[in-house]
Parts: sequence; structure tokens; C-alpha cells
Amino acid sequence: MINKRPTIRDHSAEANLFARRAFVGFVFVTILIGVLLSNAYKLQVKEHDTYKTRSNDNRIKVIPVAPNRGLIYDRNGVLLAENRPVYNLEVIPEQVDDIAKQLAEVGALLNISVEDQENFLKNIRRKQRFKSRVIKARLNEQEVALFSVNQHKFPGFNIEARLARYYPYGETLTHALGYVAKLNKKELTSLELAGEAKNYRATHDIGKLGIEKFYEKELHGIVGSQRVEVNNRGRVIRTLSVDAPTPGQDLVLTLDIGLQQVAKKALEGMRGAIVVMDPKDGGILALYSNPSYDPNLFVHGISGKNYRALLNPDRPLINRTTQGRYAPASTVKPHLAILGLEEGIITEQTRMWDPGFFQIPNVDHRWRDWQRWGHGHVDVYKAIEESCDTFYYDIAYKTGITKISNFMNKFGFGDLSGIDIHEETTAILPTVAWKKERFKENWWPGDTISVGIGQGYWTATPMQIANAVTIMVNKGEHYQPHLVQVQKQFDEITPMYTEERPPIVLKNHDHWRIALEAMHNTVKKVTGTAHKAFKGANYDPAGKTGTAQIVSIAQGEKYDAEKLDERHRDNAIYTGFAPYDDPRVVVTVVVENQGGGSKIAAPIARQLMDYYFTANPLQKGKN
Amino acid sequence: MVLSRKRTIWQKIHIDVPLMLALLCMMCGSLAIVYSASGQNMDMMLRHGVRMGGAVIALLVFAQIPPITLKRLVIPLYLVGLSMLVAVFFLGITINGAKRWLNLGVTNFQPSEVMKLAVPMMVAWYISQHRMPPKLLNLFIGFVLICVPTFLIKEQPDLGTSLLIASSGLFVLFLAGLSWRLIGGAILLMIPAVYAFWHFGMRAYQKQRVMTLLDPESDPLGAGYHIIQSKIAIGSGGIEGKGWLQGTQSQLEFLPERHTDFIFSVLSEEFGLIGVVLLLSVYLFIIGRGLLIAVRAQDAFSKLLAGALTLTFFVYVFVNIGMVSGLLPVVGVPLPLISYGGTSMVTLMAGFGIIMSIATDKRMLLKS
Repeated sequence: MINKRPTIRDHSAEANLFARRAFVGFVFVTILIGVLLSNAYKLQVKEHDTYKTRSNDNRIKVIPVAPNRGLIYDRNGVLLAENRPVYNLEVIPEQVDDIAKQLAEVGALLNISVEDQENFLKNIRRKQRFKSRVIKARLNEQEVALFSVNQHKFPGFNIEARLARYYPYGETLTHALGYVAKLNKKELTSLELAGEAKNYRATHDIGKLGIEKFYEKELHGIVGSQRVEVNNRGRVIRTLSVDAPTPGQDLVLTLDIGLQQVAKKALEGMRGAIVVMDPKDGGILALYSNPSYDPNLFVHGISGKNYRALLNPDRPLINRTTQGRYAPASTVKPHLAILGLEEGIITEQTRMWDPGFFQIPNVDHRWRDWQRWGHGHVDVYKAIEESCDTFYYDIAYKTGITKISNFMNKFGFGDLSGIDIHEETTAILPTVAWKKERFKENWWPGDTISVGIGQGYWTATPMQIANAVTIMVNKGEHYQPHLVQVQKQFDEITPMYTEERPPIVLKNHDHWRIALEAMHNTVKKVTGTAHKAFKGANYDPAGKTGTAQIVSIAQGEKYDAEKLDERHRDNAIYTGFAPYDDPRVVVTVVVENQGGGSKIAAPIARQLMDYYFTANPLQKGKN
Repeated sequence: MVLSRKRTIWQKIHIDVPLMLALLCMMCGSLAIVYSASGQNMDMMLRHGVRMGGAVIALLVFAQIPPITLKRLVIPLYLVGLSMLVAVFFLGITINGAKRWLNLGVTNFQPSEVMKLAVPMMVAWYISQHRMPPKLLNLFIGFVLICVPTFLIKEQPDLGTSLLIASSGLFVLFLAGLSWRLIGGAILLMIPAVYAFWHFGMRAYQKQRVMTLLDPESDPLGAGYHIIQSKIAIGSGGIEGKGWLQGTQSQLEFLPERHTDFIFSVLSEEFGLIGVVLLLSVYLFIIGRGLLIAVRAQDAFSKLLAGALTLTFFVYVFVNIGMVSGLLPVVGVPLPLISYGGTSMVTLMAGFGIIMSIATDKRMLLKS
């Protein structure tokens, strides 16, 4: 190409220069495209596995699925604790643009107070914004419908159905069943320490009391999971696979809800405790402590006002059957009689003169009998039937505290009964060492005298009293008291607690008979302390009354209930069994500050036994 | 070189067939990818198609303007553009904290789009008036022509566009034969300049972007999120890709700005390395073709303009892909011909129209 035009510019040279530069440019472009390609190669081939994993981590979430908590039934298959669907209004804060504004609108729709809204907003600021949060729990049907119609206005807000525990019998069973409530931080920490935290990833509630707590592991089940595909806002697009949770074990209790209801009714308006036990295996047929409270209040979080109401002087939160400490009073006289026989202090034929008081030789103090004028000539039978104190003052004085303690400890006094709830106390079975430690004082012979009638330093829970009598009824054979009969999962049934404990063996087995016969007479004979209460029963009961003094009566003074402050009136106790020749039920009743065992406690025991033998009639010829 | 004297129908309507085919090829691909990236949104597809139609019309219109006419339009265009930039400075409307738009009553208009064409045209025209390689004085004036609009756009602020416009002008100087010594010297000067720029010229968010680029994992939920998600999308695509409409990063919306700036990540995720190689091949073909047209062009103005437009096109490609694959900071540049987007595509196609006008310039065809 020749440029013929006469100019000073050399167009050919300029064109060549341009072509060279364009070529350099093209080379640069090619190199840079090579850089992009090699970077793409690095990401897509060499690091592909890493990014593939990260891409899956983004989109695939494993959502834990809570197992259904095991149900609880009574011995006849009546449902005592169930799981009911509740509808909660929830929101994933991340999915809402202006949460305060939306919340105000939802709040206006569903009557959520401004205070609650503010609390909610305060809370979510601190927590993960991707997690679903409950705004309002337990919506009623109307609220669910109202929200559903308007749902399109509130993206990110959802109604979630969850299963929540419900106790249809309310306060009737609280102290036995306990309840579940929201898992707290402390429990979470202990679950972590136990390596159980993983199993609770989807769980909201945990057993806090009673059977719900004791059998938490069995009731809870095993967490399942769901692999889901989510988008960048955490919304589930589809489910990829499901690993179903294993539901918790169902529990069948030894309790009889009918008997439990009779117990509740019988104690109405009184403070007290009732334990009904099956002597054949230690199963608890009824366990009731009054006053009680509604466990359902705790399931969704109890309000401060409701909780404060439970902190009253009647102490409804205390389980009196296993935590109440009462002087066992005369209910332990049959045991002490056996001890006296075993130790050779008395025989079946021993007769003693009861002047109405007991005195230690050379000491002025008189330990008085409850009957001021005394019982006259008393043998071991009469001493139980009429509950003669003086007879036992003598036995106790002659036996000494150490032997008494050791012997009574065999019957479970001073120990936990081992019943399958955690709320239990050992109460106090006094010993020389115990007094030294507790009061820094020596044991005086006088201390032993009151122990002889189940008072003084001696306290016992109604459960211990029931257990001690059951051992007596079984002539030394011994079963672990328990509430849960079997656990069930699908069709698999596992029996629990049939454990038999080493029996108490007496030097003379016949001594059992003497004590039991005397208890039989207590009801049968007109002079017996429980005769009136059981008059006309169509079964054959036996038992022992007890009246525990709360304050000591001064020497020479007379007990007058009217003059005493209510809280200082006597506790009434009755423990008995039926039928006499083949005991099927042991009933123990303790009533606080209501007076004597024969007048107050024995009639309540009668109501329970009447119900029991109506519901479980005796076979003909066996009565 | 023998060219038939008879002009084909394509030459008559000023279309360079290989370049046009490559561009149409890209547009078809773009429709498919935007469909996927938009979550199969038909409305968006329609709008995208309409804009593409508009862009093709712009290409056809600009292709009909002969280079001689263009030369006459250079100065008015540059001055109008510049005055509009000044107007933006005082009267512009602010969207998302940036003052980039003029309200023209009917629509909002971004004057920097005009400058994308006006700056390379102006510099090419000015340099081509003098001998090449240009003398120092010419270079200086050319430099001023570049710097004034660049500065105005950077102040909007729109760092991405200002750098692209600056590079389009600088490409003219480079193609005109800017001496290697000067280039070397400039690079040496750049080092303290970059340092000064970092400390005085950049805004906090721009610094943040650079810092995030250096270590995106340091802020995975904040500024690094975009780059991390984009790299995950690209990397997880592998060689063959996850398949059209099957990209989990894009379909489940982990990827930000899927249909605009980060559309390359969608393509990489769904079509894998194979898709990337194909895309880059077509880009390389377009650039090669553009440079060839520039080399064959009749006069210095046409050469410089076609060459600069082509290389600027490549800068868009490189900056976008570099940014979404973690090589460059996130500056907000769409992937040319592929991204869903309005005016920038029209400007781009107008630029290709100019290249086609140069390719089919009568004088060029008549020459043998």
C-alpha cells in the first residue's frame, strides 16, 4: 500500500504502528482470558469438592424432629398424661422486613399487648434471626382462623402446631406425676455433661417433678431428623429425607385414678397425705397430698402471680406423702411390740398395770398415758388395740434407743423409701449419734421414752409409715414401693420394679401374728380405737390409729383442742390393711392438725377401702 | 486482498456478519441464563427481550452513521455529555446514595452512558488530527480530555464507570503508539498514586470491598458474603455444571444479584467449566474480530475508535468475571451482553454499531 498524497504524515507507518499495538492488545486480552480460565479451572476442577460441599452445606439443613413423649396411664389404662396439639404463632425474624410494624399489626389482630410485643422485640434482637420464635402460645381456634385468613399480609409469620403435655386430671395427680415445663439453661448444661444434649435438640420441655422427672429418659424417646433443602432465608423448599424419631416409652402406673380421686375428695379442706399400697408387690395405688395445684399451669410457663399464690402457708408445692415429716405416733406400736417380744422384755402373756402414767425409777417426771386414768391391766394385745402408751414407755425404756433405732431402720424408717419420684426425705429416726451431731447433747434415757410412742425426735413420712406396715403385713417380706408398673413401646412391654428386698427375719416368726392379730382387734373389738370408723364394713380390716401431739402438754395439764392454735392441734394418723387373712391393700392416712387418728384419719381410710373393695370386689368364700 | 466490487446485502445495511452472529449468539445465551437466574420469571424475560430489541435497533442505527459523519459529531457529543455531567453534579437526583441521574421528565437518564462513547471518540478524533505516535503535548491534552469526565463520574460516585471510561480513553492513547517508556514510567508513578488514592481518594465502602476481596472469609455474613457465595456457585458447578435451572446457589437465592452483576456465577454453576470456556471463546472471538476491523479501518480515527471500543468491551468482561470469581474487588459492572440490565446494554450495542459502521465503511470496501 502506497500513500501517494504529499503529507508529512506517514500513514503506512502509522497503520503499521497501530497494527502492532492492536496485536499487543490482542495478546494481552488472550493472556487475561487465560487468567480468567485458569481461575475458573482452579475453582471448578481443583477446588470443586470443597465448593460442592459448601454449596450443599448452604442448601441442605438437618432439622431435628422431637420424639413424641411417652404417655402415662393408670393401672386400668386411663390416660393420665397426654400430648395435645397446641397452635403457636411463630415468626422467623430474618424473613420479615419491618418486624416492629408487622408485629403491631398482628398484635392488633390477635390481641397481643404492647408490653408483650416490646418484650418480644427486645428478645429477638439478641438471638439468632434465622430461628423460629414463638410470639403467642396456645392460640384458640378462633385466633387460628383469624390469622389464617390474614396470613398473606404477614410473610414470615406462621402458625405452628406443636404437641404439648396436658394433664387431664389436673391437681389430682400433681405430686405423683409431676409435670414437664420449658427446658432451662441449667438443665441444658447438665444434659450436655451427660452427653444427652444432642437428643434434646428439638425438645422444648423436660420433666421437672415426679414421675415426669424420674422417668425423663424413658419418656423422652430418641430425636429424629429431617434433611431439607432451604433457600437463603431458611425457608424449607422441600424435604429430602426423614429419619423418624423414636417415641418415648409409655408408662403404666400402679395408681388407680378412681382411688386417687376418692383420696382427693376425702382430704378436701385439710392438709394431709394419703398413701395406698398393694402389699403383694409394693405398687402404689394412690398417692395424694393436699393441698395440691394444677400442673398444667407450669407446662406453658407459670405466671408470677399464679406462682406466688402457690407459696402460701399451706405449702401446696410440698409432696406430703414423701416429704412431710410427721411423728409416726402410735402407728409404730405394733413394731415396738414385736421388738419387745423379740428382746424378751415382754411375752404374749405379760400383763402390766397401767396407772395412767410411766415413771423412770427415782425420777419425778411422769410420762402420761393419753387416757388419764390408765388402761388397768394391759397385755400386748390390749396395748395395741387401745393404744396404751404406758406399756410402750416401759418397753422403750427397757430396750434402749440403739436397739429401737436399729430395729425400726429395718422397716425403712430413717431411709428413703426408694419410690420412683425424686421428691423424698429420710425424715428422722433418732440415734445417740444423731442427737450428738444435731444438738451437741447426750442422749438421755428420757428421750427414749417418747420414742416408745413414736414421738419425741422421731419423724417419718407417710410413705415410710405405709411401707413399715406393709412389711409387717407381709410378715417381713419386703417390696420396693413404686408407682410405675410397666413401660410400653409399640407392643413391647417391660415390667418395672418387681424387685423383692431381703426379708426381715424374726427370732420367732409367731411374733408377726401377735402384732397383726392385735391390729385386727383394733378394728374388730368394741374397745379398739378404729372400731367405730370401720363398723359395718363388708370386708375384714385391721389397722392402727395414731394421734401425734404437736406441742407438749405441760405436766398435769389437759389437752384441749379448742384452746390450741389450729397449727398446734394434733395430727391424725391411721394405717391399716384389709382383708385381714389375705391383705390386698394397705392404706395410710395422715391429716394435719385435725385431731385424733380414730376420729379423723380412720374414717378417711375407711372411704378409701370401701371404694377399693367396691371397685375390686372380693371373691366369694375368700372374705 | 481482493474484495468483490459488488456489495452484499449485509454490507449495504452495514452489518459485519461474523460479529453480528457472535453478538446474537450471546444474546440468545443471555435469554436462557436470565430466565434461570430470575427464577423463571417470564415478565423479566419479556422485559429483557424488549431491551435487547432496543439495543439491536441502536446497533443498526449507529451502524448506518458513516465514520465521516461521526467525526463531525464528536465535539458536540463530548460537550453535551460533559455539560450533562456538570448538570448532574448540581441538579442530579440521588438514588441509593449516588448522584448519577438526570431527570428528563419522561425517564431518568445517566449521562455517564453518553461518555462511554463520547470519551473514546473525542480522544480518537483529537489524536488522529496529529501525527502518530503522538507528541507529549497532544498526549497531555488527550489526558485532560479523559480526566475531566472521569473525575466528574468518580465524584457521583461511580468508581466502576469512571475507571472504564478512563480506560477507554487510555486505550486510544495506547493504540496511537504511546511510547513504552511513558507506559513504564506511568506504571512506576502508579505505585505512589495508588497509595495516595487508597488514603485520600477512596470511600470507606470502596476500601471495604478491596479488603473483603483480599480475604472474603474474614466477613462471611457481611461484605464477604457476595464473593463467598459467588465462588461457591462457580466452584460447585464443576466441569459439566449442575444443569440449566438446576443451580442450587442461584435457584435457592444464596447468590446475590443473580440476574445482573453475578450472572457469570449462575452460568458457571449451571453449565460448568464447559460453559465458561464457551463463553470466553465467544468473547475472544468478538474482541479478535473487533481488533481486526480496527486494523483494516481506513483512517486513524476509525482505527483508534474501533480498537478502543473493542478493548474497553474486554475490560467490562474482565472486570466482571474477575470480580465475581474473586480476582478483583466488587465494583458493580455488569457482564456485557449477558447481564439483565437497561441502558448499559444499549450503549454497548451502539458501540458495536459504530464498529460495524467502520467495518462496512464505503471507502474501506472500495480500497483494494
